[in-house]
Amino acid sequence: MSVVETNGKQTVCDGMAAIEMHDEYELIVIGGGPAGLGAALGAREHGLKRILIVERDVDLGGILNQCIHNGFGLHYFGEELTGPEYAAKFVDRLGGQSIDVLCDAMVLEIIPGEDGHVLRLMSVEAGYCTVRSRAIVLAMGCRERTRGAIQIPGTRAAGIFTAGTAQRYVNIEGYMVGRRVIILGSGDIGLIMARRMVLEGAKVLACVEIMPYPGGLARNIVQCLQDFDIPLYLSHTITKIEGKERVEKVTVQEVNDRFEPIEGTEKVFDVDTVLLSVGLIPENELSHVAGVEMDAKTSGPIVFENGETSIPGIFACGNVLHVHDLVDFVTTESEGAGRAAAEYVLRQEDTTHVRMCENESYISLVIDESVAYTVPQRIRVLRIDDGVRVFFRVKAPHKTPKRIVFRDGERIVASFRRPCMTPGEMEHVTLQRAELDNVSGNELLISVEEIR
Amino acid sequence: MFDVAIIGAGVVGCAVAYELSQYELRVALIEKENDVAMGASRANTAIIHGGYDPEPHTMMGKLNVEGMYRCFKLCEELDVEHKKTGSWVVAFDEEQRVTLQMLLVQGIANGCEGLDILEGDVVRLQEPNLSDEIVAALWVPESGVLNPWEFALAMAEVAVRNGVTFMPNTEVAALSWRGNHYEIGIRIVGAWHSATDEDMAKKNTCLSSPPKEKVVMPDCRAMKISARHVINAAGVESDRIHNMVAPPAFEIVPTRGEYYILDGTAAGHVVHSVVFPCPTRAGKGVTISPTIHGDYLVGPNAEVIDDRTDTSVTRSALLDIADKARRVVPDLDLRTSIRNFAGVRSNSTYGDFFIEKSAANFIDLAAIKSPGLTCAPAIARVAREMLREEGLPMERRTLWRGGRRVIRFKAIPEEERAAFVRAHPLYGRVICRCETITEGEIVAAMKREIPPVSIDGVKRRAGTGMGRCQGGFCGPRVLEIIARESGRDPLCIEEDGCGSIILIGETKNPTCREI
Amino acid sequence: MKEYICIICPRGCHLTVDEENDYAVTGNGCLRGVAYGREEAMHPTRVVTSSVRVRSEKYPRCPVKTDLAIAKSDVAKAMLLLDGVELVPPVHRGDIVIASLFCGEANFIATRDIDE
Repeated sequence: MSVVETNGKQTVCDGMAAIEMHDEYELIVIGGGPAGLGAALGAREHGLKRILIVERDVDLGGILNQCIHNGFGLHYFGEELTGPEYAAKFVDRLGGQSIDVLCDAMVLEIIPGEDGHVLRLMSVEAGYCTVRSRAIVLAMGCRERTRGAIQIPGTRAAGIFTAGTAQRYVNIEGYMVGRRVIILGSGDIGLIMARRMVLEGAKVLACVEIMPYPGGLARNIVQCLQDFDIPLYLSHTITKIEGKERVEKVTVQEVNDRFEPIEGTEKVFDVDTVLLSVGLIPENELSHVAGVEMDAKTSGPIVFENGETSIPGIFACGNVLHVHDLVDFVTTESEGAGRAAAEYVLRQEDTTHVRMCENESYISLVIDESVAYTVPQRIRVLRIDDGVRVFFRVKAPHKTPKRIVFRDGERIVASFRRPCMTPGEMEHVTLQRAELDNVSGNELLISVEEIR
Repeated sequence: MFDVAIIGAGVVGCAVAYELSQYELRVALIEKENDVAMGASRANTAIIHGGYDPEPHTMMGKLNVEGMYRCFKLCEELDVEHKKTGSWVVAFDEEQRVTLQMLLVQGIANGCEGLDILEGDVVRLQEPNLSDEIVAALWVPESGVLNPWEFALAMAEVAVRNGVTFMPNTEVAALSWRGNHYEIGIRIVGAWHSATDEDMAKKNTCLSSPPKEKVVMPDCRAMKISARHVINAAGVESDRIHNMVAPPAFEIVPTRGEYYILDGTAAGHVVHSVVFPCPTRAGKGVTISPTIHGDYLVGPNAEVIDDRTDTSVTRSALLDIADKARRVVPDLDLRTSIRNFAGVRSNSTYGDFFIEKSAANFIDLAAIKSPGLTCAPAIARVAREMLREEGLPMERRTLWRGGRRVIRFKAIPEEERAAFVRAHPLYGRVICRCETITEGEIVAAMKREIPPVSIDGVKRRAGTGMGRCQGGFCGPRVLEIIARESGRDPLCIEEDGCGSIILIGETKNPTCREI
Repeated sequence: MKEYICIICPRGCHLTVDEENDYAVTGNGCLRGVAYGREEAMHPTRVVTSSVRVRSEKYPRCPVKTDLAIAKSDVAKAMLLLDGVELVPPVHRGDIVIASLFCGEANFIATRDIDE
């Protein structure tokens, strides 16, 4: 590509030293939440010097800024932290690292190129800029599934919020969103907001879950619902919302095994607020437009063992890749992506390496009906040092011990025992290089099986 | 004393206001909701109809084609988003093919141009997703889609710019003829719009509970305004208004239509043009239509309801619409839906637009159902002529300022953006991430002739919250901008209509608690 | 007899605790469940997280937490204590917002920095 125009204005962010935007970076990280922070720091540690983080909110930290509850960091730091405290540990490490940060800014477009990628981004202070980068890490996180996506019948009164939006109002802006609440969905966000609303003086009348098992961690069922005597209705859903201008009441019904409402099981709740916690969807608009190959099962990019997407030099990590339950794994995943981005950039000078990459073969991880998805989806065996961590989720709850089996045709390549597994808790196993070297074909089938 | 009072700021009322603003007249545009286009005008299929559907002897038939051409022209002049997509009416058997032939003849009688009936295979070359069972279709080139609420708003903005008085939150309670003018008893709706300065200053203003009825200000009971002429454009309430001054001549039969909005990116390509099934007595049927935003509208059904204000969506209707739509496009994936909505149409016992002078200086533009949106500019032309016949002096304004230009960041060519943002920095902050709408656009909307008062008011002007996250991300930010730009307390800002309060108080305030 | 779901590991064993029998625990899958069951039955504690007012345009609320778990029965009272607090920037992570809750060792502390 020819010379690229830029705004090159001075920009101040968040009390850090004034930075001058460069025309070209080694790495641009899109998103300054835990995934973006981990990736930037990981890349720095592995030798990159010109890194930019672009964050759309006024501060770094991402969704952690509004997650004021604790439970973060048990694995990574060995201590229990609140969201802001967890984020701060990484933001602190940025200081003095010469990582540029641009907040209150939005990346509008990624234009991949063989000679470096072009990004169009803008902010009030930096203006509309076109910047180049050798590598990109996608760390845009996810959005919440909406009422419209699940088509709840009824009126469109005020007082219907997704749990995350309500959380923003309550925790960041200090506004109460209602007095009498019903929560749809027993995922962690819904449970956490149930507790939050009660503690701020609202009455939470029920948590309604369409599946026959709860979606969130047992710890949250206990500390967010049971502690406050909030009933949990499994195999139920909201079938009508009423209220002219503001929610006035809600009808809940039991569902059958096809998730259809059962007549005669109607229960009406007198509420003014409905909080929806009905799923998270990775926010991949930028990835999609850039032409990154996507996985319909995760709604995120298909990645190789190191987090690289189908476009060389573009990596993905965190919730944009697949929705995580624990931020600790977002951090380790993103540090890995940052390291991979650094290796990519530093090796670009090595033409032998670049040529080798062009026709690299890989093993595809193929799932059966017992597994929802795996990340990564593809493994380039020659790139692995010791082993590769594979994240996955099961499709149904398993209360008794099972094994996760990786097969090369009929032959078992690796097998792992787990005492219990549930879709709401992401699992991981590590495949060893030696095990992968022995794979004859280019597919590994992963399934959940009985223990013999 | 107003020369003309227009009751109802739906698309018809706004079109009349736009027409009359071109004359030296004192005009009041009275609306019971807190914004224009709050009724069926914003909850419809957004189609500029070709004009083959209504019978030639009806008002609908006489005004459709004229309205269609005027719509396209006005959308250009007023920078209202629109697209001449053309439309198809599809036939599944030979009996329906005969219907197509009838529509073709009818269309020609109504003044349509370029109509043609094509064989199923040829149609499928243009629209590959249409069912194999379609044997033929009527092609209507002079038709398309527009942004219906923007259309009404644009006309109202120009009207206000040229001296029309817009009176929102104003419900007409009584009409009495005083020999040479009407005395109009009005009620102002929405107490918090008139909260005292003291209330507004209190940071901890907390509403004791979300009101169940629209609150009426006590000191407004006796408010009256006067107008020499009255125009009834009150939509589903138009029979009630008519009956205040004349014996009943028609009855509104409120007919609800529900819709899906499918996300364009997720759904992939569905159709290029508007696709109708063959019409039946119930109406034009379940349509599949591209929107000007790149999404798809699927619907409506037609259900007669009792409560004229009931715009709820129902499971049974949505399932019914899904079935009918899949007959036309078998692979239609309704899981890509991002929103459902419903509108209540002013069908009536009269069966046609009720456009009559029903009493002294009183014109009914009542019972306006489909193709009312398309016909609105033509209806306004008719109203103007009727007013002239009633003896209203109509002198053209010498300094009428028409036209409208809206800056949409997304539409700025890439090579011009850097300079534009440098000159107008607020356009550098994206507020609605899904649709790439900037703060500059929201602030500009707040400064136009009819500023928005609610989150959805901003949505209808700037487009925020219409995408995949449905306002989850931008909602709190839009609320903050409305509060900042208008000086109003965030707690008073509504989601949509009067009374749709979003926030009930501040945290850490004991008076806001339920327990 | 009281019933609890153990939250120590994802198994979520259903515990039964007999207060009349020296808080004997049954239903546990491991020893950690015994300790958890007894604690929950005898003196359940919780860490409380919430927010307080801040005199700041940019950050109207500061998140806070108790630095130690407090008695579950004290949680509602602890929340009411936060109503009267208004912090003035600068606030630092770890700053004590309310000291010695209910004359115990736990304090409410700020969990983020607010500079202005």
